[in-house]
Amino acid sequence: MSVDVRHEALQTVTKPLQVEERRQGAPILAVKKLRTCFDTYRGQVRAVDGISLSVRPGETVALVGESGCGKSAAALSIMRLVPPPGRITGGQVIFDGQDLLALSRAEMRRIRGRRIAMVFQDPLTALNPTLRVGAQLVETLATQGAARGRAARQRAVALLDAVGIPAAAERMRAYPHELSGGMRQRVVIAMAIAGQPDLVIADEPTTALDVTLQAQIMELLAKLKEERGLAILLITHDLGIVANFADRAAVMYAGQIVAEGPVADLVREPLHPYARGLLRCVPRLGRPDVPIHPIHGSVPDMVAPPAGCRFAPRCPEAMPQCRQEMPVLKRQPPTARTIRQNSEGESLARGGTVRRVRCHLHPGEGGNGR
Amino acid sequence: MAATQTQPVGANPGVRPIDARPGTLKLLLANRVAVGAGLVTLGFVLVALLAPMLSPYNPAEQHPEAIRVPPFWSPGGSTRFLLGTDGLGRDLLSRILFGSRVSILLGVVVVLLTLVVGACLGMLAGYYRGWVDTLLSRVVDTLLAFPFLIFALAIMAVTGPNLVALVLALAFKGWVDFFRVARGDVLAARESEYVLAARGVGASNAYILFGEILPNIVPPLIVLAALRMATVIIAEASLSFLGIGVPPRIPAWGTMVADGRGSIATAWWIATFPGLAILLLVLSVNLLGEGLRDALDPRMRR
Repeated sequence: MSVDVRHEALQTVTKPLQVEERRQGAPILAVKKLRTCFDTYRGQVRAVDGISLSVRPGETVALVGESGCGKSAAALSIMRLVPPPGRITGGQVIFDGQDLLALSRAEMRRIRGRRIAMVFQDPLTALNPTLRVGAQLVETLATQGAARGRAARQRAVALLDAVGIPAAAERMRAYPHELSGGMRQRVVIAMAIAGQPDLVIADEPTTALDVTLQAQIMELLAKLKEERGLAILLITHDLGIVANFADRAAVMYAGQIVAEGPVADLVREPLHPYARGLLRCVPRLGRPDVPIHPIHGSVPDMVAPPAGCRFAPRCPEAMPQCRQEMPVLKRQPPTARTIRQNSEGESLARGGTVRRVRCHLHPGEGGNGR
Repeated sequence: MAATQTQPVGANPGVRPIDARPGTLKLLLANRVAVGAGLVTLGFVLVALLAPMLSPYNPAEQHPEAIRVPPFWSPGGSTRFLLGTDGLGRDLLSRILFGSRVSILLGVVVVLLTLVVGACLGMLAGYYRGWVDTLLSRVVDTLLAFPFLIFALAIMAVTGPNLVALVLALAFKGWVDFFRVARGDVLAARESEYVLAARGVGASNAYILFGEILPNIVPPLIVLAALRMATVIIAEASLSFLGIGVPPRIPAWGTMVADGRGSIATAWWIATFPGLAILLLVLSVNLLGEGLRDALDPRMRR
């Protein structure tokens, strides 16, 4: 534990990161060593164990991981909506220059909706079943002080129109159960963008939807991102969505980020064994000859996480060192592929060039990690 | 906008037509028992409102020449007093018509009072939990262990029969039911994702509680209110029967039953007709309440 802390203290000084930030614009959201615990009778579950990530305006960053890795807890922590017995125990959430964790409840409420909004997984439960969707939108606008009365009604119709709901004025009178799943998720997205936020946190926005609708909803989010210069933090376990819609991705495992970098690097050349394992779980369409390799075992018990690397018990490449010493998230040197790619200017457009990995197999460049 | 409005609904795949589900009112109207009960209840309300116009006599007016006259169809009865007269020669029909006023008025006032107090406290306890919940729940447990009639007897014995004390005695324990229903439903609703979503767009606690959660817990509260109405009417009649309810100068069914009790063998009508009025009103209010419950939650239908 103490070793871990000292490492992270060393790693706060990250010159290369700052250079890169200047090049790409300052991040709208910078999460720094965020920790969230859930107190249970068995002990403290460290759901989010010191994660750091940043999102720049106009960028889509994916937080990827399997169920129970803490990605949703991380999203709720950023919004300061962690339900008890969960609580944020450390770190910073710097949004537009201010630490959200230091704000009063009333100040935080003014951030929600107006600066940061959230899209939830299940569009049926995220809408109030007893209120017409128009009323929910109008109330949202009124709550945020954006518009009232007739003006709010017009804004609400315009929002439903903007998220691609046909006959928007008519649909205002519909109850959530009268709409299909895709339409409901569009309404949820309309509510999220009602306050014209700078950042949208989308927590598995397509998981509850039919596969044919997933692309539609993701394309809607991408379109809104372009039109409104939104930053999107996309929480998902679907690597297909990550590959198609995210600029950068952070892979989360057992409360920690184990790999981070441009999506192209993650998909084409995953360095961390867990990231490789995730990719090998994805069936390839039209390639029945490529076998699917599930990752054996399950997410470790977070009341007593394994010593050393948390993925070591499931890792096919684990070494003795992995079971004793926790690896550090370290910046990786460019590979032949990334150098070639940079010369083509591709990765600069999507997600920058810095990639970090938390693995003893990839010692990386000394002191450049986080 | 006008163009989108005229677009036919059928042209939008994935959008079901609005109002495909039959409304609550429609379901209620399809229930014959509930409709009948509703009409009888409505009749009682109209009678209460129009009692001065419908009554042939002033309910307090005594006719010394016509003591204990039987109803008109019995031997010795006359159409002058349709339901006969009581021991003081007062017209029974007029007294029953006027008696509906106090029953319905007290029922409505007590139920509204207990509904508002119980639902608000229950919502606060369920939403905020913590010491508010602990305190209020202990108070409720204590009240539940308290025999209502003994308590009402004690209050009314101290204050004597008066309407304000009667309302308080009837409401004293009545709010507990509303508290428990509201608290339980809020406990469930506060964990729902739409509440989290509302918080996510910056809604305040007050808005979440009254704008988001309240609409979801209204149906069970309405049903409970209807059923409680019947209970309150019976309780009021019981206290009046015991002589510690409605002040004697106000005609009340419970008092009238008590008045006629002594002469039930010789003049059965004096106690019977007000008793039937109580039965009919309580029965129809109860059936209406059950009809409402079925209409608001079709899964409850048997």
